[in-house]
Amino acid sequence: MLTIRNLTASINGTPVLKGIDLEIKAGEIHAIMGPNGSGKSTLGKVLVGHPAYEVTGGEVLYEGKNLFELEPDARARAGIFMGFQHPIEVPGVSNASFLRLAYNKKAEAEGRDELDPLEFDDFIHEKIKLVAMKEEFLDRSLNEGFSGGEKKRNEILQMAVLEPKLAILDELDSGLDIDALRVLGDAVNRLQRADRALLIITHFPRILETIQPQFVHVLSGGRILKSAGKGLAIELEERGYDWVLQEAAGSAR
Amino acid sequence: MSTTLNVVTSQEYKYGFVTDIEADSVAPGLSEDVIRFISAKKGEPDWLLEFRLKAYRHWLTMTEPDWAKVYYPKPDFQKIVFYSAPKAKTPKYASMDEVDPELLRTFEKLGVPINEQATLAGVAVDVVFDSVSVTTTYKEKLATVGVIFCSFSEAVKEHPELIKKYLGSVVPSADNFYAALNSAVFTDGSFVFIPKGVACPMDLSTYFRINNKESGQFERTLIVAEEGASVSYLEGCTAPQFDTNQLHAAVVELVALDHASIKYSTVQNWYAGDKNGVGGIFNFVTKRGLCKGKGSHISWTQVETGSAITWKYPSCILLGDDSIGEFYSVALTNHKQQADTGTKMIHIGRNTKSTIVSKGISAGESSNSYRGLVKVQPKAEGARNFSQCDSMLIGQASSAATFPYIEVQNRSAKVEHEATTSKIGEEQLLYFQQRGIPAEEAISMIINGFCKDVFRELPMEFAVEATKLLSLKLEGSVG
Repeated sequence: MLTIRNLTASINGTPVLKGIDLEIKAGEIHAIMGPNGSGKSTLGKVLVGHPAYEVTGGEVLYEGKNLFELEPDARARAGIFMGFQHPIEVPGVSNASFLRLAYNKKAEAEGRDELDPLEFDDFIHEKIKLVAMKEEFLDRSLNEGFSGGEKKRNEILQMAVLEPKLAILDELDSGLDIDALRVLGDAVNRLQRADRALLIITHFPRILETIQPQFVHVLSGGRILKSAGKGLAIELEERGYDWVLQEAAGSAR
Repeated sequence: MSTTLNVVTSQEYKYGFVTDIEADSVAPGLSEDVIRFISAKKGEPDWLLEFRLKAYRHWLTMTEPDWAKVYYPKPDFQKIVFYSAPKAKTPKYASMDEVDPELLRTFEKLGVPINEQATLAGVAVDVVFDSVSVTTTYKEKLATVGVIFCSFSEAVKEHPELIKKYLGSVVPSADNFYAALNSAVFTDGSFVFIPKGVACPMDLSTYFRINNKESGQFERTLIVAEEGASVSYLEGCTAPQFDTNQLHAAVVELVALDHASIKYSTVQNWYAGDKNGVGGIFNFVTKRGLCKGKGSHISWTQVETGSAITWKYPSCILLGDDSIGEFYSVALTNHKQQADTGTKMIHIGRNTKSTIVSKGISAGESSNSYRGLVKVQPKAEGARNFSQCDSMLIGQASSAATFPYIEVQNRSAKVEHEATTSKIGEEQLLYFQQRGIPAEEAISMIINGFCKDVFRELPMEFAVEATKLLSLKLEGSVG
């Protein structure tokens, strides 16, 4: 589904990604872990087309096509979703109308029927159950005055509405208490299918107890230092990141 | 419904064309002779000529104000044409058949319905072309309920007692530099009179068009609502694209007696100049409403998107006890436009209330300032004001400023002021795009949300068009 080859990227001329290789197949769950400032969030932002980052080398193929030829909104309609670490607040735009517009843009791109407000109302009431969101949040302005946890809940609701093929979840666990994390983790699991893939970006291994990855990658200094199975997350939980960094430094020497 | 606004708000600036029409103009420049010429041309009574000359003599002693945060070359008043009118066979068109077909085509092109048969019922329109009112629709129908809606010149002839009573009663001729100039040289405009107890059966609307390259437009609008009367009035404006600046210096006076209500909505789309700031209208306007009676209510709603320079402060004098003043404003500037706009709420009567909601959007290299005064006089027991002033910046080079002035002389008054500044940046846009929504639609949605509190004060179709106009004006300014 997604092939990343020797990807390099910079922000304001400073290199942040220094050669990333990664292959994600349908049905897989990958976790990108690493210390703060390692470049793991950058990888997600580059994939969705954040304009502040410049791709300086390498290539990314999404379903066999050059991802960078697509505008950010076209990438989204092609099935790439990002759950943001810090979702923005938009006063005056109701959450429901935003969700409906996003849904209809994707439906239109896929040649499906768009939903009118009444149809969408039925549709969205099913979806909010999945993330245990209160109805009132639909009528409120998009993310305005939402707590950190409510914003994350809203991100996963959007994921449920758009049913992406590839979902990138950036620090989903930040701002969430344990119960909310379990609810959202379960929701993400329920959305995962054989023809979909997940890329979980996280600093803490805790979330990986609910959303269990088959592959764990440690990213630091703009490079993937180590890739292994789910066991790596447990090891990181117990030992932290330093040993991976030292091991990588040792092998480089 | 609000055809005037459809016109003003639709698509790119396609109103930049010039009508090739024979005009009856006075030579450029200003003097007592020019004023006498204008007055004679209109067959005005002596008292009105005196009003003009008094204003002119006072104006000569005044200097152009420079406290606003706008920068422009001061107009050379000796180069402005103060009177320009389409030449007609008769001084006033008795029927549409007498109107120059070229003029009819102009308004057809602008989409302004000056032919009653061709319009959908609902809005009566007064059309002002350069210095004169061309036609007013639905006059007879409105007359059956006692509503007077006509050009200012006509009102001077047919209702001199009303004009004499109210002209200059809200904006005195010596009020400020541009109001004094207008009082001396105003050429036409609209007059509305709603008699006691009448709710005007349709929206009234005036459409202003500047055509002549050298001419200024100095119109005068006077709206009087008697006891218990109510009216909703809409104003729209466009001008051709010239590389020189034209001056628009209007005066609008509103008078509301006991329990009367006047709602005044504007969509201003004068030519704004090009991307480099060449050309465009200087829009220096004095608008003021007097809540004279008990429980009277005046509400200003403006959507300001055009003009090179905007300098206007639609205000309310809350004289009557329990009177209410409101100001809802969206001001958008792009490229090199400059706007300094806001309001004044003067609380004089007891338990008077005012609400100010101002939304400023600046893009490109433009400058957008809110300037507002809330004044509570000693006898305004129980006065209340709430002000909300929000600014939104788009891009890196635009600027926004807020200048709130609050003067309270009564201890029981309650005045609240809230202000925010936000920015549409790449993070916001990316969020929308990441949900499959293209950038242009994202901006439109964000702006619409930002302006919601103002748009809901507009008639519905009006609001839809205003949203479109804003998106259009911002096209290409982000990303």
